[in-house]
Amino acid sequence: MRAKYVLAEVLVGLWRNVTMTIAMMITMTVSLSMLGASLLMYVQVDKMKTFYYQQVEVSIYLKNDVTPEQRSDLESKLNNDALVETVLYETKEKAYENFKEMFGDAPDMVQSVGPNEMPESFRVKLKDPTQFEAINGEYKELPGVSTIVDQQQLLAKVFDVLGAIQTMSLIVAAVMGVAALLLVANTIQVAAYSKRREVAVMKLVGASNWFIQMPFVLEAVFAAVIGAILAGGLLIVVKLFVLEGSLVALTNLLTPVRWPDVLMMFPVLAGVGGLISAVTAWVTLRFYIRV
Amino acid sequence: MIRLDHVTKTYPKASRPSLDDVSVGIEKGDFVFFIGPSGSGKSTIVKLLLREISPNRGKVNVNGKEISSMRSWKIPHFRRSIGCVFQDFRLLPNKTAYENVAFAIEVIGKSKAVARRVVPEVLELVGLGGKEHRYPHELSGGEQQRVAVARAFVNRPLILLADEPTGNLDPDTSIEIMRLLDRINRTGTTVVMVTHDSNIVNQMRRRVIEIEGGRIVRDQARGVYG
Repeated sequence: MRAKYVLAEVLVGLWRNVTMTIAMMITMTVSLSMLGASLLMYVQVDKMKTFYYQQVEVSIYLKNDVTPEQRSDLESKLNNDALVETVLYETKEKAYENFKEMFGDAPDMVQSVGPNEMPESFRVKLKDPTQFEAINGEYKELPGVSTIVDQQQLLAKVFDVLGAIQTMSLIVAAVMGVAALLLVANTIQVAAYSKRREVAVMKLVGASNWFIQMPFVLEAVFAAVIGAILAGGLLIVVKLFVLEGSLVALTNLLTPVRWPDVLMMFPVLAGVGGLISAVTAWVTLRFYIRV
Repeated sequence: MIRLDHVTKTYPKASRPSLDDVSVGIEKGDFVFFIGPSGSGKSTIVKLLLREISPNRGKVNVNGKEISSMRSWKIPHFRRSIGCVFQDFRLLPNKTAYENVAFAIEVIGKSKAVARRVVPEVLELVGLGGKEHRYPHELSGGEQQRVAVARAFVNRPLILLADEPTGNLDPDTSIEIMRLLDRINRTGTTVVMVTHDSNIVNQMRRRVIEIEGGRIVRDQARGVYG
């Protein structure tokens, strides 16, 4: 009887105040989908970082007039350097091969240069990819060295952009979240007010506090769970039609967002949304239904 | 059963206490009137006994429990041992007489089956047999108060608190409600009634405690309104 009573109260409560309920669900949906998107992005950026940072190298380009002694001095110094994991020497010919491959669809460009215009280089993999500055300081003034390029710095710019998008969606999630919580608090106040007579009688005859508060709290949780389901659906739509639709080229360049991660957002968002609105509702009731 | 021990209650911002060092004892099965002018502190006693408020000083002991220092989560269970009737009936307008009484049973976690067994009995006891399915607006004031008494009594409380239960009723109907409270008192329930209806006090000839300015000025075994 209790479960049935509570459930009936929840549904009647949501229906009595249906415009507010819908407003609550919409703000929940937007807030939770933004939260879900930024969580996915966080997982994604993390995975991409480990994937790309495993491959990044520091390229030490040599001058055209480098002497064989300078080259072998550099190589032995690099091989004995504690910061360095592996060293790969790239000849002018190999660099030209790579160049031809990279610009294969621009034959004019390939024809305009020969192997001699390509710089030879050492491809250095660091034990700790963040130690670029130490390497740079130590090698850039050595004879025969032209320039030193850190691929990680190029990647860092990409990750900066992704990070900014993520921060922005978190901010939107937070702002919408605050709006959603205010709506929850308001809905609960209205619900408590419309049932004030019942609540007064319940307190008078000694109904336990949880029995009085449960229907109100569940109302908020119910709306949050609906919001979470809609938000999860929104994420799926975005993956299907945006990431794998209009933005497929970008998606292929980055590591793809995996389905299990997207589906994981349903329980995560429902849990986060449900918990936060339950707490909000409960705190609101503490002020409105005094013992 | 009920014992106030040097109880002082001053509301915030009030210049003088509503109750000033009041001590009084009420035994099980007693029928007691609290009388006095408006603002004398009668209603404060009702609120103290229901633990809606707690005293600034002194102790309130009800059913052997010290309630002035009771933890708030224990209050609901404590209130199940007290029935309460008010001047304004406080019935739920969208529920029938039966549903109003059953509500009091169901919200403390008892089953509908219990309600089906007990509610008709109690409605019969208060003289509303046959009117179970009327809504409050279809009942007279006296009948509404009977529903309220039925609701207060249905969980068999040890104490029945009545805060000016006849305040909205005409003299004849008031007498009927008093007969009903008297009958409930005879089942062993302690009845505490706050009133300023002199007719009723004079007719009943029960214990009268008069309060004025927050102090007990008279406590008489078979008293009159005076």
